[in-house]
Amino acid sequence: MQFHKYDVVIIGAGGAGMRAAIESGQRARTAVLTKLYPTRSHTGAAQGGMCAALANVEEDNWEWHTFDTIKGGDYLVDQDAAEIMAKEAIDAVLDLEKMGLPFNRTPEGKIDQRRFGGHTRNHGEAAVRRACYAADRTGHMILQTLYQNCVKHGIEFFNEFYVLDICLTETENGPVCTGAVAYELATGEIHVFQAKSVVFATGGFGKVFKTTSNAHTLTGDGMGIVFRKGLPLEDMEFYQFHPTGLAGLGILLTEGARGEGAILRNASGERFMERYAPTIKDLAPRDIVARSMALEVLEGRGAGPNKDYVLLDCTHLGAEVLETKLPDITEFARTYLAVDPVHEPVPVYPTAHYAMGGIPTNVHGEVLRDNDNIVPGLYAAGECACVSVHGANRLGTNSLLDINVFGRRAGIAAAEYALAHEHVDLPENPAASVEAQIALALSEHGQERVADIRTELQATMDANASVYRTEDTLKQALHDVQALKERYAHISVQDKGKRFNTDLLEAVELGFLLELAEVLVVGALARKESRGGHAREDYPNRDDTNFMRHSMFYKQGEGLTADIRLDYKPVTFTRYKPMERKY
Amino acid sequence: MTATAETTTGSRGSQPPVPDGAVTVTVKIRRFNPEFDDEPRWDSFDIPALPSDRVLNLLHYIKWYVDGTLTFRRSCAHGICGSDAMRINGVNRLACKVLLKDLLEKGGKQTTITIEPIKGLPVNKDLLVDMEPFFEAFRAVKPYLVTYGNEPTRERIQSVADRERFDDTTKCILCACCTTSCPVYWTEGSYFGPAAIVNAHRFIFDSRDEGAEERLDILNDIDGVWRCRTTFNCTDACPRGIQVTKAIQEVKRALLFKRV
Repeated sequence: MQFHKYDVVIIGAGGAGMRAAIESGQRARTAVLTKLYPTRSHTGAAQGGMCAALANVEEDNWEWHTFDTIKGGDYLVDQDAAEIMAKEAIDAVLDLEKMGLPFNRTPEGKIDQRRFGGHTRNHGEAAVRRACYAADRTGHMILQTLYQNCVKHGIEFFNEFYVLDICLTETENGPVCTGAVAYELATGEIHVFQAKSVVFATGGFGKVFKTTSNAHTLTGDGMGIVFRKGLPLEDMEFYQFHPTGLAGLGILLTEGARGEGAILRNASGERFMERYAPTIKDLAPRDIVARSMALEVLEGRGAGPNKDYVLLDCTHLGAEVLETKLPDITEFARTYLAVDPVHEPVPVYPTAHYAMGGIPTNVHGEVLRDNDNIVPGLYAAGECACVSVHGANRLGTNSLLDINVFGRRAGIAAAEYALAHEHVDLPENPAASVEAQIALALSEHGQERVADIRTELQATMDANASVYRTEDTLKQALHDVQALKERYAHISVQDKGKRFNTDLLEAVELGFLLELAEVLVVGALARKESRGGHAREDYPNRDDTNFMRHSMFYKQGEGLTADIRLDYKPVTFTRYKPMERKY
Repeated sequence: MTATAETTTGSRGSQPPVPDGAVTVTVKIRRFNPEFDDEPRWDSFDIPALPSDRVLNLLHYIKWYVDGTLTFRRSCAHGICGSDAMRINGVNRLACKVLLKDLLEKGGKQTTITIEPIKGLPVNKDLLVDMEPFFEAFRAVKPYLVTYGNEPTRERIQSVADRERFDDTTKCILCACCTTSCPVYWTEGSYFGPAAIVNAHRFIFDSRDEGAEERLDILNDIDGVWRCRTTFNCTDACPRGIQVTKAIQEVKRALLFKRV
């Protein structure tokens, strides 16, 4: 076992983690622990843009952006947090430009902006050009720019260090975070990092689903670790399905395509979004577009031999727009489906994309241990966190914004906390539970294969807990997930070595996926209403009387099969009263 | 469709159902685990696969159902993260961007696909190499915007044409396909390699940057751009379609004529 001591430890090196590191690293001794290399993080897969009311191409202001975010989130958004995000968006974009991000430009040389789903002028009048972008690789450019600036500032990275636990030390005022425990992939060695502050920036858990835009490595590790510590997770039933995944594959095709004018059509060529969102049509928020697509297919208007997808028509945009503003998705369609978007419409279907829920934090990134108290020294930002700025449905581009605004805030807060406090002693045997977990995974206790359990998990989640849900499908999913958890106790890992044991890694990741899938399903069962990304066929309406509140999930006891306790947290309102959501 | 899970004694040993339209292919993989092996070896696996499968799917099939010790990196699975660069049938490719249908033998002959780690970097295990020397070269060229003086309050102004000037080299995902396809890099690992030069180019030709001279000094070094022998392997290897050799030539020209 090796021991390290830092002021701040950041877990994860995607957008949120590196944005935090740039702030923290200039103020306090900081280490970034990542299970990948920093430039492999899935921020790099984000395509379309990052919204900020720069008003570079037409009238706009941050209040409209705040309203759109709240309405887009079906009023489950904490309004104070949304206001902060929309206000700070402007500096967040300008900061990235100053760091070197190569945004597309207007003819005057300013940052160019384009339309995106749910972003409107004057509270819903019409779509507004608010998304700052770099072709259709905005996330790639953000990830590269942040890594470049980490290099510039000499940020210390521990690459391929897989964090499996955090250290909480009990004090008379409750638990305080004192460090993290990591498994070094190269050697199999355990490392204990003592720290005054720890920042989680570990991303989402899209791999609970089969059809997903998420990377193989997005297994919810950070959320899982926090949950196992008895700390709450918030709003986990709200999972976003991005409307335009490549049919059958789930690979993302940016909403920016529709921002540039692409149109969704059913088998007969009808622009069906005119029926579902008469004002902004194809640029309605993602939850509405995804449900509309699913309905078109369910009602027999799907395209293709099995009528199981719809079509994204870009043909009228012309080769030049596609090659210059949407080159990557043009290539994805050509490479993976052998469809050329210049000449033919692209088969698309909703793909599991983004967790609105996660580790509850306040607007400084401080992690909550219940509705009223924080865990001193523990922070979270990005997809793994729930501030909540996305409520029941995130608007497109607001995730790249979230990681920059709240990554920055968490980095500053973590560093300032570290500078103002001494190290607190680690709990006794801080590595014990990780050592036990690794030893157990490597020991012989069954013949269950990780890939089989994962495949069955993903199948039941796709079938029973995706765009539309009912009591029956969710009960089936819960039954299946619980049975898979039992089987997980009998997994066998073939690779028993210490060196780059990715077989072991996948087994550990599956444990987190099972845990989080159950939380999602339990939350979806309990929320007997439809709101944002959570659509219950048996409860088709929003129920503000009973469910205008955040869900808070607590693990009761030890072990993978321990019970889940569900509690609620009030939504923060400032100036926007809930209204019916029409577009 | 509703998947159900039944409690059984275990699933290992049984293979997943073979999908309609699958063909059997032989995947021949260069294996080496210094923890247990003295020498690298070749392992062959006959597995079912669909023509629409990516080579990454084939590797996953082997790892998940045949041999869990097979080790490689991957993450996004659609050519954006740059994790799964490897030598596939003798050329550097991302395993998630090569489709089986493009490798199939004509006339129904059984296809063999050969997969090796990228060359020029130490092999850590199977297809997984030590990327540290590669990233070290990247970091050495000051791959970040260098500016002096006060920052403007708003964004820096950049014309559409100036932005276009370095567009190609902003696409780099640091996968190392280019650098590890370069014969100069294979024999002289001290050479910065194409990827580092591409990333220097991205800033040298950015109208907002003021660090071109410092970077050109670094690249004028004995291990810098003059090592390039213009074999175009790098350009052929780039999964992002970057004109790598052209970028290197532009940096050479900037050095010769002292201007960008």
